[in-house]
Amino acid sequence: MEPLTSRAQVVEKKKMNLWERMYLPAIVGGMAITLKHLFKKKVTVKYPEQKREFSKVWRGQHVLKRDDNGAERCTACGLCALACPAEAITMDAAERKPSEKNLYREEKYAARYEIDMLRCIFCGLCEDACPKEAIFLRDDKIVMSEFGRKPFVYGKDILVEPMDPTKRIDISARQKKTF
Amino acid sequence: MVKVTIDGIEVEVEENTTILNAARRIGGDVVPPAMCYYSKLKGSGGKCRTCLVKVSQGSAKDPRPMPKLVASCSTMVQDGMVILNSTSPEVVDARKSVVEFLLINHPLDCPVCDQAGECDLQNLTYAHGLSKSRYEEERRTFEKIDIGEHIQLHMTRCILCYRCVYTADQITDKRVHGVLNRGDASEIGTYIKNVIENDFSGNVIDVCPVGALTDKTFRFKQRVWFSKPMDAHRNCSKCSGKVALWMKGNDILRVTGRKNSFGEVEEFICNECRFEKKKTEDWTIEGPRHISNHSVISQNHYENTFKAKLASRQPKEIYGNKDSAEK
Repeated sequence: MEPLTSRAQVVEKKKMNLWERMYLPAIVGGMAITLKHLFKKKVTVKYPEQKREFSKVWRGQHVLKRDDNGAERCTACGLCALACPAEAITMDAAERKPSEKNLYREEKYAARYEIDMLRCIFCGLCEDACPKEAIFLRDDKIVMSEFGRKPFVYGKDILVEPMDPTKRIDISARQKKTF
Repeated sequence: MVKVTIDGIEVEVEENTTILNAARRIGGDVVPPAMCYYSKLKGSGGKCRTCLVKVSQGSAKDPRPMPKLVASCSTMVQDGMVILNSTSPEVVDARKSVVEFLLINHPLDCPVCDQAGECDLQNLTYAHGLSKSRYEEERRTFEKIDIGEHIQLHMTRCILCYRCVYTADQITDKRVHGVLNRGDASEIGTYIKNVIENDFSGNVIDVCPVGALTDKTFRFKQRVWFSKPMDAHRNCSKCSGKVALWMKGNDILRVTGRKNSFGEVEEFICNECRFEKKKTEDWTIEGPRHISNHSVISQNHYENTFKAKLASRQPKEIYGNKDSAEK
């Protein structure tokens, strides 16, 4: 059979002499490499206490934004679900009642909005597709690990930001797209 | 028979054919878009001006060009006529302006509108329009009106194509539908919420090129592109019973007429088929509907299903059927 690359080498099995059979230089060489790594700068961090700085373009957990009056911006148009390459987003729409005007910005809203975080690849296409500037990927929060599959399906209870103006989630860096 | 050339393609059509219908005979990119003309409605056309074309040679006898762009849905062909559609920059430019005019009072609430994804105005704007509006004044708004229990009129979205008025006039025998007032105050009136009780009144939903008339049984149920269009039929005493079902799993979300490549229904269907038969048992499902791959509805829409492919590869019976072999 033809070799796939030109780098194939024929292994020569010649008999080793006494000096080589003692393996001393090889052992010393190996130990030197190990010792060198002890004095190198560590690549790991002590995670829960110490956190790595996120890059500006880093994309984390989604947030469904509210507008300045506290009404949900999402109108369940389905464009995020359409753009999603992993088909992670599903939603059900419902019609707003006259008494809910302060809760939802438009006459249609998402009664159910779920993102399967096991499916999500955090590409950010949902953010680009959104015509209402409702969904953003946070640059400060990662999706935590869980013990089962069920808890990874994030519903509106996790995704929608709090109504309290002081607890709103700042996504201005992603909105500006300065990077 | 007369010979005409549209965008360099020659076609032979009968006399008294409109330019638009001659272009439809050729098909493809040659066909001018139409928002108000509907071949099944007599008298429709000539209102929206999206089908404007340039006639660079009037006829073989009189080769002078026509001085202005003409509406192709209401201009008859003449022998030796040469017509330019999208190959003429003048036409493309005019169409861009027409789209801008149509969008002046359109609310652009596509994320909320149920018609999004199969909206003629949306497609037209995508193909010919500007991406930004220059309009700064306040858009006209109307309250939503329920026409009967199944149809909702959202007058704000209306582009006044008159298609529903002609449908109410011609398909149904008692007209309770018309256009009131003038200019930018004109609106589709229903004579003080007169209920359309005719069996075929639901067809105004299908003929509406925008989301002004929508099916209340489908309201906000699902975005069009997440439902699966299927051809189906049933024995109906009032209409042909040939419809398109829009399904999600085994649920029938909506029933519409079968629309052809020009967005016109092949046959009008009755209200019983449209609004009341929402169970799978009511229908004989023929298979997935063909959807052009330019449409957003073709997302995740598979027409050549595995089952259909398998059927074509079934082994042929050589020894006759089993029953006769046993005897």
